[in-house]
Amino acid sequence: MKKDLLGIDDLSPDEIYLILETAEAMKEIGERPIKKVPTLRGKTVVNLFYEPSTRTRTSFEIAEKRLSADTLNIAVGTSSVLKGETLADTALNIEAMAPDMIVLRHASSGACHLLSRLCRSRIINAGDGMHEHPTQALLDAFTIRQHKSTIEGLKVAIVGDLLHSRVLRSNLLLLTRLGAKVWVSGPPTLVPRGIERLGVQVAPTIDQAVTDADVVMLLRIQQERMLGAFFPSLREYFNVFGMTVERVRRAKPDVIIMHPGPMNRGVEIASEVADGPYSVILEQVANGVAVRMAVLYLMAGGVEDEAAA
Amino acid sequence: MPVVMDQDRMNRTLTRIAHEILERNRGDEGLALVGIRTRGVPLAKRLAVIVRSINQLEIPTGALDITLYRDDLMRHAIGVQPVVRSTDIPFSIDDKRILLVDDVLYTGRTIRAALDALIEFGRPKVIQLIVLVDRGHRELPIKADYVGKNLPTSESQSVQVRLQEIDGRDEVEIQE
Repeated sequence: MKKDLLGIDDLSPDEIYLILETAEAMKEIGERPIKKVPTLRGKTVVNLFYEPSTRTRTSFEIAEKRLSADTLNIAVGTSSVLKGETLADTALNIEAMAPDMIVLRHASSGACHLLSRLCRSRIINAGDGMHEHPTQALLDAFTIRQHKSTIEGLKVAIVGDLLHSRVLRSNLLLLTRLGAKVWVSGPPTLVPRGIERLGVQVAPTIDQAVTDADVVMLLRIQQERMLGAFFPSLREYFNVFGMTVERVRRAKPDVIIMHPGPMNRGVEIASEVADGPYSVILEQVANGVAVRMAVLYLMAGGVEDEAAA
Repeated sequence: MPVVMDQDRMNRTLTRIAHEILERNRGDEGLALVGIRTRGVPLAKRLAVIVRSINQLEIPTGALDITLYRDDLMRHAIGVQPVVRSTDIPFSIDDKRILLVDDVLYTGRTIRAALDALIEFGRPKVIQLIVLVDRGHRELPIKADYVGKNLPTSESQSVQVRLQEIDGRDEVEIQE
């Protein structure tokens, strides 16, 4: 593994498979009466979150604790960031206390790359702006593999706010790297220009995207990142691009429905679908812990670049 | 390099150990075999088959991966992490007589890690250790209860156990 996990872009297919296979072993630890192994004893992991997060922060923290790392959380609302400290200064001050890893969530794309250059600690990207969210894509791939055994050749439809989604970017990189056929769909205002260059098919309607799909992944409408009016109303969005029971029927009979959360029920997904028999949304959350344990374990080893030097 | 145990010899050795298990535990119920990955697992399964053929006793069998409990994990900062594989113990070990199985007993560090790992699953009544080969050079106070073969070696040598299920043939070889 490289020093930092900044995005799926840095991972080779072999490294992706190594993480997914290690996560299989980690999943079993979560099923034991004593859900803890001594592996990262004495390692300090700082969770530095500049954006609100329930799932990702909790998931990382549980993963760290199950591996016996010492963890601490810095939520920006209670930190010196409010006094005007820059990200770089905050990072260098944390770095001065010699943690082993920093898990960073930040609203700016590239924030993790900045820390990567400044810090000796290993940086794990827990979502940076509209850029990447690698552990989410890894847990999505893990969940798909649990149901479909392989990712190669699957039709995966990703529908929703494509423009603002770091989850989309990480998933596109990962799924195409492992050989899935990816279709995306969303309102034209929310489809990034040139997205076809990432090796995906753009469908003008959700119906075309989900037809015969093995996997349907919905993306949240990220109103907090929207600076203009991208579509007329949430109700109209649901009518045109929402995942409904009727649309599920167009997909393969064994389709799985995914959502990275948090969900807007009745916007990108109908409640009947989210809670329905095809939904694996809560499995994704459960698998997130195992995948993050795998990443933390593998990152605690040697650095590839240093070994070569 | 000398092959010190061939297939025939290995079969007879495992049969002898199976008899010893039954003798020491008096056909006791509550026995369970746990193989340490990688080669302890097929050895444990073979012992279960042999015991069944001797007196129809079904012994449940599990697999233990000790990687996350190794004492050298975070010490060599350079190099990739060892591959972790799944632990699969599909029964409660509480109050069981656990027969822990590995191919080679050397420094004892693997067994130390395995004991730590096992204890997290419950509180067995007894843990007994079965090894196919004991090559000496212990670094920890650990001793096997059943030994297939005592093999005096120098530390510069290595002992290679090959099993049909993994390597396509059964043999134990000493390599310089």
